Amino acid sequence: MDNILSIVTFIPAFAAGLMALLLRGDDAAGQRNAKWIALLATSITFLASLSIYANFDPDNTGFQFVEEAEWIFGLKYKMGVDGISVLFVMLTTFVMPLTILASWNVTTRVKEYMVAFLLLETLMLGVFMALDLVLFYLFFEAGLIPMFLIIGIWGGKERIYASFKFFLYTFFGSVLMLVAMVAMYADAGTTDIETLLTHSFSAASFDVLGIHVVGGMQTLMFLAFFASFAVKMPMWPVHTWLPDAHVQAPTAGSVVLAAILLKMGGYGFLRFSLPMFPVGTDVMTDLVLWMSAIAVVYTSLVAMVQEDMKKLIAYSSVAHMGFVTMGIFAANQQGVDGAIFQMLSHGFISAALFLCVGVIYDRMHTRDIDAYGGLVIRMPAYALVFMFFTMGNVGLPGTSGFVGEFLTLMGTFQKNTWVAAVAATGVIFSAGYALWLYRRVVFGDLIKESLKTIKDMDARERFIFAPLVVMTILLGVYPSLVTDIIGPSTEALISNFNQSLAAADTSSVTQIASH
Amino acid sequence: MIQADLSIVLPEIVLALYAMVALLVAVYTGKNKLASTLVWTTAGLMVALAVWIATSGSGTHEAFGGMFVDDGFSRFAKVVILVASAAVMIMGQEYMSRRGMLPFEYPILIALSAVGMMVMVSAGDLMALYMGLELQSLALYVVASLRRDSVKSTEAGLKYFVLGALSSGLLLYGASLVYGFAGTTKFAGIIQVAEHGHMSLGMLFGLVFLISGMAFKVSAVPFHMWTPDVYEGSPTPVTAFFATAPKVAAMGLFARVLHDAFGGVIVDWQQVIVVLSVLSMFLGAVAAIGQRDIKRLMAFSSIAHMGYALIGLAAGTEAGVSAMLVYLAIYVTMNVGTFSFILMLEKDGKPVTDINALNQFASREPGKALAVLILMFSLAGVPPMLGFFAKLGVWQAGVDAGLMGLVIASAVASVIGAFYYLRIVFYMYFGGSEEEVEAKGSPVLTLGLMASAALMLIGVVYQFGIDGAAAAAAATLVN
Repeated sequence: MDNILSIVTFIPAFAAGLMALLLRGDDAAGQRNAKWIALLATSITFLASLSIYANFDPDNTGFQFVEEAEWIFGLKYKMGVDGISVLFVMLTTFVMPLTILASWNVTTRVKEYMVAFLLLETLMLGVFMALDLVLFYLFFEAGLIPMFLIIGIWGGKERIYASFKFFLYTFFGSVLMLVAMVAMYADAGTTDIETLLTHSFSAASFDVLGIHVVGGMQTLMFLAFFASFAVKMPMWPVHTWLPDAHVQAPTAGSVVLAAILLKMGGYGFLRFSLPMFPVGTDVMTDLVLWMSAIAVVYTSLVAMVQEDMKKLIAYSSVAHMGFVTMGIFAANQQGVDGAIFQMLSHGFISAALFLCVGVIYDRMHTRDIDAYGGLVIRMPAYALVFMFFTMGNVGLPGTSGFVGEFLTLMGTFQKNTWVAAVAATGVIFSAGYALWLYRRVVFGDLIKESLKTIKDMDARERFIFAPLVVMTILLGVYPSLVTDIIGPSTEALISNFNQSLAAADTSSVTQIASH
Repeated sequence: MIQADLSIVLPEIVLALYAMVALLVAVYTGKNKLASTLVWTTAGLMVALAVWIATSGSGTHEAFGGMFVDDGFSRFAKVVILVASAAVMIMGQEYMSRRGMLPFEYPILIALSAVGMMVMVSAGDLMALYMGLELQSLALYVVASLRRDSVKSTEAGLKYFVLGALSSGLLLYGASLVYGFAGTTKFAGIIQVAEHGHMSLGMLFGLVFLISGMAFKVSAVPFHMWTPDVYEGSPTPVTAFFATAPKVAAMGLFARVLHDAFGGVIVDWQQVIVVLSVLSMFLGAVAAIGQRDIKRLMAFSSIAHMGYALIGLAAGTEAGVSAMLVYLAIYVTMNVGTFSFILMLEKDGKPVTDINALNQFASREPGKALAVLILMFSLAGVPPMLGFFAKLGVWQAGVDAGLMGLVIASAVASVIGAFYYLRIVFYMYFGGSEEEVEAKGSPVLTLGLMASAALMLIGVVYQFGIDGAAAAAAATLVN
């Protein structure tokens, strides 16, 4: 199995192709076939990806399972995983079968729907495995197309606005990154990520249009990549596309968006920004840390006043991603470990929360918080699951949410105490909005007529939540499961970062610090 | 010597003779009844010539004392021109004959203009340049007003002719200045004068006028004014033709003049091209947003695309020319597909060009809608479609040549431009009430649409040797 990565990546695309070409008819039988083929394909992908996990050697900090082949225009097709990316691959393959299950009630254009999700899975997996700049960009950007269609075709009332905003925001960020990639190629003469990781880009300051740029080329490239990843993440203040996209997307779209697509931003920072532009990163660190702290506090407050459940969870996602960027730019072992941990944990918890919304949305066709209340009386199992993930979102010790927040705060505290202090208040706010949401939806008296006949979760829905509950508890009580795998790679990342920072001419950087 | 010269220009002679013989035969026999047959024979001859040129030619040959150059660059451009012309002609045949607007002159005029284009990309002398350019343009003026009974079509033809004559005037004026100050009309002579530091002010003026004239032909801003009106007014098959082969020929000519005649003084023209490129990209992107007519929209789209192709030219390097050629080949393929689609659109037998009419097209014609979706994302430059690699290529050349500002500007323009391509997808997939627009058309059109969409995806894995051929072609031009 020399090309296990390609196999895993392209199983969903292969299934999508088969489905598009061979499956005919949109009647009940055709729809059922489409669903089962999609479920089968994503499940096989997950099983196949388990062999990556089983054969992965955590002590090897280099890239593993590397595949290389010639591609068009002198580019290379190169795939590989290391400790930073392997768990994102697992997260993707793990979440996708659940999203397909969650879409079991879709009735319009089922075949196209499933094809879009399967293609999206291939593209997302490709992002985490690509070891060539152009290949990475191709997967990164192509993912916009299925997501644009998912929001636009199967979305809510304002889906058109949301889909255009989603596409154009992320496209704008990405083309700037592409320009920087072209410039990197011009400088280093290669698009191979493995080689670029060891290439040191010039950090000599220069003037652009009369503005003195400290850190020179590295800072500019950092900013170009930042434009893309900050939008994807999303960071305050370019986060506004996310609530719109989340609210309008169908449940499964929201799940994929929150659980996986947002993680591409964090992964990008760890794969490109930190190791390739250490000086640029160092110049911008304070700014990014403060942006993260503002994101945590501000979006938590915004979440508190939302009346739409999905919007509330979307803002909570932005706040949680604030912890991630904080941890990454703390640039120490705890911070980066915490950031990756937080991303994985958020992948499970936010996916589950959006699924929770989906469960009652399927029944009542509204996401207004006011339309609910007292659900615990008719839906005890649902109340339990929702409670569990609310606690995970708050960061209750024993759930995975706690570990991530704790580690990132600890890492940030060493780098910038004030940022950590401000962000820590966000933890309290998050408890506030999450518990309040829970109280309004689940507790209270069951007075609404329409809710009196609501049914509790069926077997399919319980089956979707079970693995997410298991993962959340498992990571919460036994975090080494993750940290053992990412540890050596992040350690290498941090030590390389510090070395190249020390090696670079830091005189200009210290100038900025003294300002 | 003459025999050797003639053998070099044999493809052009064959096509020109064919056009004249066909004209006589048609006049004395069936006239318009022969039109459809002529379309197919002309297209067949063009494809045969393309195959011949692609397989037989090698090395660089000069004919008529350097007036006419046959090299890798011209062969590449000629193959693209001939294939594109043939494809577009076949695409339009059914559309035109069904509406009784296919005169037998149409294929003949296209053939003549193809001869002109072939001379343009092979020009080694200002005189040959002008001859080719005028042969091409005159034929195009006539086909623009092919529908004599339509006010719009006549207006398009007249506008094109008046503005085209102006640009030819500019070009001639520039050519005469260059001749006056360089003392020769041969590119090989001009480049020697220019390189030896005799780039006098007069020659510079001449160069700028030459560039203006050629910018008109590629419809680069600010010489683009004719494009939207001509595209909208001309019959759709003719619009499809305007958007493909003549663009390739004009860009080829542009590259030929700038590198063969002024290759040593890149600094003197680089900034001009940069300005043309930036303006074209932005105007093409911004002005298309307000368009409701898909033909006008494609006019602005082609303006923007010429802007991107000009980045490759502005780089002034071999890699730049190669990227430009690849860009043009991909651009032509995308346009063949898109215009196949536009030609199919009709309602109650009447052609439809309003983009509102595409509402919910995807639910009626999922296969065709998917193909258009692929083409639109490709035109917008979104990976993994081939259109992305076209842009990547010119950007790489631009960055290598130190044109960072231009590349960043084009990145911004491409985001703005993405909006209107997305909007077509939006109408097809998310649009409101259903319209009754149909996409019938002949199997040829379906084939054109499907094949070009498929190429956008297949090209990501296999290039059919286009990239290698373009690199080789660029190597013969830039030294």
